[in-house]
Amino acid sequence: MKYSTIQRTATLSTLLAGSLVTSASANDPIQIGVLEDQSGNFAAVTQVKVNAIELAAEEINAAGGIAGREVELVIYDTQSDDRRYQELMRRVLQRDQVDTVFAGFASSSREAYRPIVNQFDGLAFYNNQYEGGVCDANMIVTGAVPEQQFSTLIPWMMEEYGPNVYTIAADYNFGQISAEWVRQIVEEEGGEIVGEDFIPLGVSQFSQTIQNIQGEAPDFVVTLLVGSNQASYYEQAASANLGLPMASSVNVGQGYEHKRFAPPSLANMFVTTNFIEEVDTPEANAFVEKFYERFPDAPYVNQEAANSYISMYLYKQMVERADGSTDKEDLRAVIAEGDVCFDGPSGTVCLDPKSQHMSHNIFLAKVDENHEISFPETWENIEPYWLGENGCDLTQNDPSAQYTPSSPPNE
Amino acid sequence: MEYIHFAFTAFYQFGDAFAFLVLSAMGLAVIFGMMGIINLAHGEFIMCGAYVTVATARMGVPLPIAMLCGSLAAGMLGIVLERTIIHRLYHRPLDSIVATWGISLILTQGTLIVLGSSMAGISTPLGSFSVGNYSYSTYRMVLLGVAVLVLIGLYLLFHHTTFGIHSRATIQAPHMAKAVGIDTGRMYSLTFGLGAALAGLAGALYAPTISIVPTLGANFLVESFVTVVVGGADVFLGTAPAAATLAVIKAFLTGWQGQLMGQVGLLITVMVVIRILPQGLSGWLLKGRT
Repeated sequence: MKYSTIQRTATLSTLLAGSLVTSASANDPIQIGVLEDQSGNFAAVTQVKVNAIELAAEEINAAGGIAGREVELVIYDTQSDDRRYQELMRRVLQRDQVDTVFAGFASSSREAYRPIVNQFDGLAFYNNQYEGGVCDANMIVTGAVPEQQFSTLIPWMMEEYGPNVYTIAADYNFGQISAEWVRQIVEEEGGEIVGEDFIPLGVSQFSQTIQNIQGEAPDFVVTLLVGSNQASYYEQAASANLGLPMASSVNVGQGYEHKRFAPPSLANMFVTTNFIEEVDTPEANAFVEKFYERFPDAPYVNQEAANSYISMYLYKQMVERADGSTDKEDLRAVIAEGDVCFDGPSGTVCLDPKSQHMSHNIFLAKVDENHEISFPETWENIEPYWLGENGCDLTQNDPSAQYTPSSPPNE
Repeated sequence: MEYIHFAFTAFYQFGDAFAFLVLSAMGLAVIFGMMGIINLAHGEFIMCGAYVTVATARMGVPLPIAMLCGSLAAGMLGIVLERTIIHRLYHRPLDSIVATWGISLILTQGTLIVLGSSMAGISTPLGSFSVGNYSYSTYRMVLLGVAVLVLIGLYLLFHHTTFGIHSRATIQAPHMAKAVGIDTGRMYSLTFGLGAALAGLAGALYAPTISIVPTLGANFLVESFVTVVVGGADVFLGTAPAAATLAVIKAFLTGWQGQLMGQVGLLITVMVVIRILPQGLSGWLLKGRT
């Protein structure tokens, strides 16, 4: 008994010491946890997110920090492994006591760590495009969502190529829910889903899938493939001369497959994205130039890099408008004012108080047979409206749940 | 005509799955099936073959020669690792799992650190051909041909050459082999190197068709272990029938129910085979002889 009392006293004093250290004095650095996959199946796509965060942190520090405090990054490699996200999310929130966390690529990783952010009542930025529907006050989502990517892309493709659609999607929550969105939009527009195939993340051989697609003769294929293994699809489909137009919310914009694979395997791929390095606007060019100057060996500046960079500046603005507070509720009070916006690499973007998602300018990128990119269409300033219209309002209550077209918030 | 098209489709899918299983398993069949080393670095030999192939091909070397370079590089890597690490672990199978796993981690992460998270690929040669309404990749048929040639080549090597006989003698009865004057240390190295070179060949042959990333070896790992476990110890009599059986199951289930069921089918087959035939197909086929 005595031992345990001593132990308890010791723990208590450690806790006290801990809280003394973290009770932010005005000159302590603001700590930002960065949990991204720097190795494993997703590393090719997510390394640049870390670089973008580093770039923004350096710029912010050079200009005097956030509310006069220096930014310090606490970076861990999550190894494309959902369990690592859980371990490391606990670590940054509990032990490192960071002010906010920038975390996650795969939707399975996000759903793995989200309950932990809720448990410790932390604040996490998810800077990735995804399948939409997360209504959670502890999360700020800066990636594009289906009403921004699919409600634009799918009708455009159906108009251009025809109503019969075949979907191949990665077999986890991202692919399943995204395919549900595609199904719903295709049906609303009077088209038909002629086939769907969900593919486990480890699969890299696609001969049979390619033949199944040929058997159904669709007008175009929606490819929602994720990770390096599944990226092998394009080369294999091209060498079998499948020759169908492709539409996607994830390819090119995050996986830069048009750079990694020899032409013409990605020919006739159409992607809706809020940023890629080929976007030719003054602000995009300035960002890309800055990025390569700092990281000359970066393989590509993708949409997630831009979103991560934008998030850093949104966070800076929120903290400064909250008079230097990094408390979650103070920051959400700033978001509730409805004008947290930033003019960045992808134009002007704003945070929506109801869903804590971000508005986007959406570019339709087309890959040609030489893997050059053109932009046949752009949609300006699309709000992340779906959650708000369907009853998610984080200014009123916080369900901390994820919704899908078949189970919307108001049901 | 419809029947001919259907038959060709079935043949193509079977051949494609068969070639992938044979080529990805062959190196492992030598190292794990024959030598008994549970080699968790198998995928990294494949990765080495693929990287060297792509790098040399991008320097302008003709593709077949680049592939040969890839395979040889993996073989050399295998011999070096055998001489430095593996040869200490022949009688310690559990330790060899840990050691080869460690090698695998070092090679994957080392490649990531030195060469970055991905490398630009090369395109698949030879174009496509059509049968009926379907078009097919010609290169996939070449892979099937190579898989069959490799199987025949290994059969001849292990049963009709001095190297093959010495190698089998060394592995089956090392003391006796030593007594009759075979340099067993050298035989172990060369056999291990052969296994690594075959793994490298798999990487080299599939390099034009997959993403070139440090973790690419993992693509092959499940299929290769499944094939070797189902096949058992004999390189030829195990791998060939195992790959054929699994290819039928995989092609049929994938065509019928999609990729997920194809994977599920493979794993269920392994469970059933381990339960009924613990020595694998070759143990069953060779039962009369021992």
